[in-house]
Amino acid sequence: MNCITCIEYIIVALMILSAILAVEWRDLLAAAVGMAAVSLFASILFFMLQAPDVAMTEAAIGAALSGAIVIFAIKRTQRFETEEEEKPGWWVRW
Amino acid sequence: MLKRALAIITLLIIGYWLAQGLAGVPFGQDKMIVGRYYLENVKEQTGAVNAVTAIVVNYRGFDTLGEVTVLFIASTGVGALLWRKKKKRTARAEGSVVLKTGTELLFPFVVLFGAYIFIHGHLTPGGGFPGGATIATAFLLLYMAFINYEIPHRAFEKTEGLAGMGYVLVGLIGLAIGGYFLFDWIWQTWNWGHDNIGRLFSGGFIPIIYTLIGIKVGTELSGIIDNMLKEGVSE
Repeated sequence: MNCITCIEYIIVALMILSAILAVEWRDLLAAAVGMAAVSLFASILFFMLQAPDVAMTEAAIGAALSGAIVIFAIKRTQRFETEEEEKPGWWVRW
Repeated sequence: MLKRALAIITLLIIGYWLAQGLAGVPFGQDKMIVGRYYLENVKEQTGAVNAVTAIVVNYRGFDTLGEVTVLFIASTGVGALLWRKKKKRTARAEGSVVLKTGTELLFPFVVLFGAYIFIHGHLTPGGGFPGGATIATAFLLLYMAFINYEIPHRAFEKTEGLAGMGYVLVGLIGLAIGGYFLFDWIWQTWNWGHDNIGRLFSGGFIPIIYTLIGIKVGTELSGIIDNMLKEGVSE
């Protein structure tokens, strides 16, 4: 296995990790950042798969614009935290 | 628990089928007739070095017009959903010094880079949609840094409409000259730029259409950002 393939696998693993975190984090702002991170890693992956134009679109729209719009939408909601105890995570819940 | 297990087993079976199906597809190999036809004829027929752009704008120009229309409808929908009689920016906290100074320094260069992406769409990767999105991120930076900033609405709306009309107009001129909508009249009838393929002034109507699309997408996405950020003020 050469080194480029290793990097691709690492990026795919990071993508899956940030996707899980974006679903699991209870703070909406952090979840929005996780969603943007998925797009950012996807754009790096597109670049390594020799699709630079898709990579540019993904970085501009997925990481910057849609993340910003989701954060603006969160800004309009109200923030509250409840004192319920932490439920077990996705790996136990099902 | 049983339901969950059934769902997971079904998912695994479907995923296995999909993986088996995709494993049989020869990705990246030169087998498809249409793809080979495009790659062999793209320079003579369209004058563009970037085959992706040539397919998107020239061979499949009508689909791109539909894509632009979809974006326009999305922007109109956002505007209609968030419509208020009087809207104002309600941000209270100023941007930090780093953000403000960085925005002031970077804004022209980000716009320049976006313009470069869509003007050189027929030579380098990219095109109207990434270029327009890059320009919109520049306006997003301005919105985040300055609490009183607003885009010039009248000018932006007019530019957007004119750019969209320009696209259809270019297609209609092709209809008048060549006999079908979005005929590449600059390249095939006027023969402009045949001796400098690979430089800026080539590629028929691709640079013109991509410039129009870039301007349209940039103004449209800036408008969406503006609609999302401002809040209605009741008086």
